[in-house]
Amino acid sequence: MKYPKKDLIQPMSGSRWQHIWSGFVGDKLAVMALIIFAFYCIVALLAPLVAPYDVKDPAFMDLMNAEIAPMWISGDPRFLFGTDAQGRDLLSVILYGTRLSLTIGLCAVLIQATLGICIGLAAGYLGGRIDNFLMRCADIQLSFSNMMVAIVFLAIFQSLFGVAMYQQLAMVMLILVIGLTEWPLFARTIRASVLAERQKEYVDAARVMGLSSKRIMFRHILPNTLSPVLVIFTVQIANAIVAEAALSFLGLGMPATEPSLGSLISAGFAYMFAGSWWICVLPSMTLIILILVMNLLGDWLRDHLNPRTYKD
Amino acid sequence: MPTPLIQISGLEKAFPTNESWLGQWRFQHGKLKRRKDSVHALNGVNLTINQGETLCVVGETGCGKSTLARVIMGLTQPSAGEIHYLDQRIDQLNNRQRMVFRRRMQMVFQNPYASLNPRMTVYQTLSEPISFHNPQLSTSQVDEQIDALLESVGISASSSDRYPHEFSGGQRQRISLARALSVEPDFIVADEPLSALDVSVQAQVLNLMMDKQEERNLSYLFITHDLAVVEHFATRVAVMYLGRVCELAPTRTLFSAPKHPYTKALLSAIPRLDTNTAQPIRLIGEVPTPINKPVGCVFQARCPYANQRCYEQSPAMMMQGDASSVACHAIEEGRL
Repeated sequence: MKYPKKDLIQPMSGSRWQHIWSGFVGDKLAVMALIIFAFYCIVALLAPLVAPYDVKDPAFMDLMNAEIAPMWISGDPRFLFGTDAQGRDLLSVILYGTRLSLTIGLCAVLIQATLGICIGLAAGYLGGRIDNFLMRCADIQLSFSNMMVAIVFLAIFQSLFGVAMYQQLAMVMLILVIGLTEWPLFARTIRASVLAERQKEYVDAARVMGLSSKRIMFRHILPNTLSPVLVIFTVQIANAIVAEAALSFLGLGMPATEPSLGSLISAGFAYMFAGSWWICVLPSMTLIILILVMNLLGDWLRDHLNPRTYKD
Repeated sequence: MPTPLIQISGLEKAFPTNESWLGQWRFQHGKLKRRKDSVHALNGVNLTINQGETLCVVGETGCGKSTLARVIMGLTQPSAGEIHYLDQRIDQLNNRQRMVFRRRMQMVFQNPYASLNPRMTVYQTLSEPISFHNPQLSTSQVDEQIDALLESVGISASSSDRYPHEFSGGQRQRISLARALSVEPDFIVADEPLSALDVSVQAQVLNLMMDKQEERNLSYLFITHDLAVVEHFATRVAVMYLGRVCELAPTRTLFSAPKHPYTKALLSAIPRLDTNTAQPIRLIGEVPTPINKPVGCVFQARCPYANQRCYEQSPAMMMQGDASSVACHAIEEGRL
C-alpha cells in the first residue's frame, strides 16, 4: 500500500511560528497577498514622502489642470494617474486616501473587535441573565440600521458643534461611529464559539485548577475561538471602509479637503459618464485590490493559525 | 477509625429543565399554575472515601455518577447535602476559599481529546497550574518539575513543546494525569478515564494510576462502566441507581456475594467464558424518568422482589455482616 507523501514527512521540530512561516512560504498566493498588503501599508505610511505633490499645499488644487486623463492617455508627464475635477493630482490624493481609509478601517474594526470579544466572551462564558441582557442589547443594536445611527449621530454632532469643528474631528468621529455600531457581529460569533468551547473538558480542567474566570476566558477559551474572528476581522475592515465611503457620499464623512478612498470614489462617480472615468475607477481599483488582499490573508490565517489543520 | 478523607452526606442535585418561561405555565385543576420541572440527578447520596483507597462508582448511564464527580469537585453546586474534606466542609465555599482544596483534589476527565486545550503545548498545559499554585518557583524550577512529571507518566520530556493533537489517546490521558498530579493532590476524581481508550492502552493508563497511588498515597474516586476494571482496581465499590447509592461494599465481597437485586443483575451481565454460571438476570422495564423525584425505593419499578413498602418508603443504607451496606427493604426484611 502506498502512503501519501505527506504522511512520511518527519514531524517538524522547532517552534510553532517557524512552522507557520514554512507553511506560508509554500503558499504562493498568500505570499503575494502579503507582499501587496505590505506594499499598501508602506505606501500609506510613507504617503507624505512618496506622493509627488503635497496635498496641503494651497497650489495643489488648480482648476486649470482639472480632469486631465492619466499619463498613458494624455501623455502629460506631470500627472501619472491624471487629475480630478478640482485639478488635484489623483496619485497623491489616492495615496493619502489609502492612508486615511486604512486608518479608519483598522481603528474602527479594532474598536468593534475589542468590544465584541469582551461582550461575547462574558455573555457566552458567564451565561444566564448576563448573557440574556447582553444579547438583547446586541439585538437592539442590530435592529437599527448602522447607517441610520451613523447619520443621526453625525448630523446631530454637526449641528451642535458646527461644521468647522466637525471637519477637525471627522476622522475620530467616523472611527467611533463605525466602531461602536457594529460590535454585535463579533459578539455573536464569539458567543457562539464560546458556548461550544465551554462544554469541553479542558475548561472544566482549568476550573478545577482554580483559575479565575477572567483567565479562563482570555487564556483558554479565547484562543480557541479566534479563527472565525480573524475572518470577520478582514471582512469588517472592508465593510468599515465601505461604510465610511457611504457616509462621505452623504456629506457626513471625511471633508473634501481630506478625501479618503471612499469620498474619492463617490466624488468621481459624478464624472463617470462625463468621460472622466479615471477619477472614479482608479480609487475603486485601489480599494478593490486592498480588500481582496485582506480577504486572502484572512483566509490563509484561518487555515494556518489553527494547529489542527496544518498544511504541508 | 481515622477520619475519612472525603465524607459526603445527603448530597442532592437537581438541574432545572431548560423550559421556556411560557412553557412553565400549566393548567392544573382548572387553575393556571407555574411549575418548574427539574431533573433529580442525585437524591441523597452518602459516601465516604478513606485515605489511600480507591472507591469505584458503577452504574448505568444517567444514574448520576458524573454529577457526583462534578459536585465533589465544585464544578456544580449541590442543591442540598454536605461534603467534608477531612473535617472541613467544602461544598459551600466560594472560589477563593476553595483554592486550598483545589491543590488537594484534582480530576481526570473522560475524553482525552477534549480535556487538553488544543492551543496549548504540553509545556504550557503543565506549567500553568504549577506556577499558578506555586508563584514562588523560578522558571527553571518549574521546567525541572515538568520534565520530572512527564518522565514519570512515560512521556519523553523532549516532546513538551508539542500540541495535544500530536499525541495518541493514551498519551493524552497520561498527560491529563500529569496535569492532575502537577499540583500534588491527595485525592483524584477520575470520571471514566478509560472509556475512550483502546483496551491495551486502558491497561497502561490503569497501571500508571495504580503506580501513582502507591507512590503518593493517593485516593481515587473512580467512575467507570467497566466491571473488569473495578474488580482489578477498586478497594470498595459503590453501585448507583437513579441518583442513589444502592450498595456499597468491599470489592471482594461485592463480586462474591452481591446483595442488592440491582447489583446482582449488573454482575450477572458480565460476559463469562465458562457457561456453568446462571443465566443473566434480565431486568424488565425502563429506568424511570429522573424528572419526578422518586417515591419509595428507586429500583421498585424493575425489582422482582418489590412489595408495597418498596413503593412507599425509601430504604436506608443498612450495614450487613460482611462490611457491606445495602439499601433494600427485601434484605432488611429477610425476604432475600
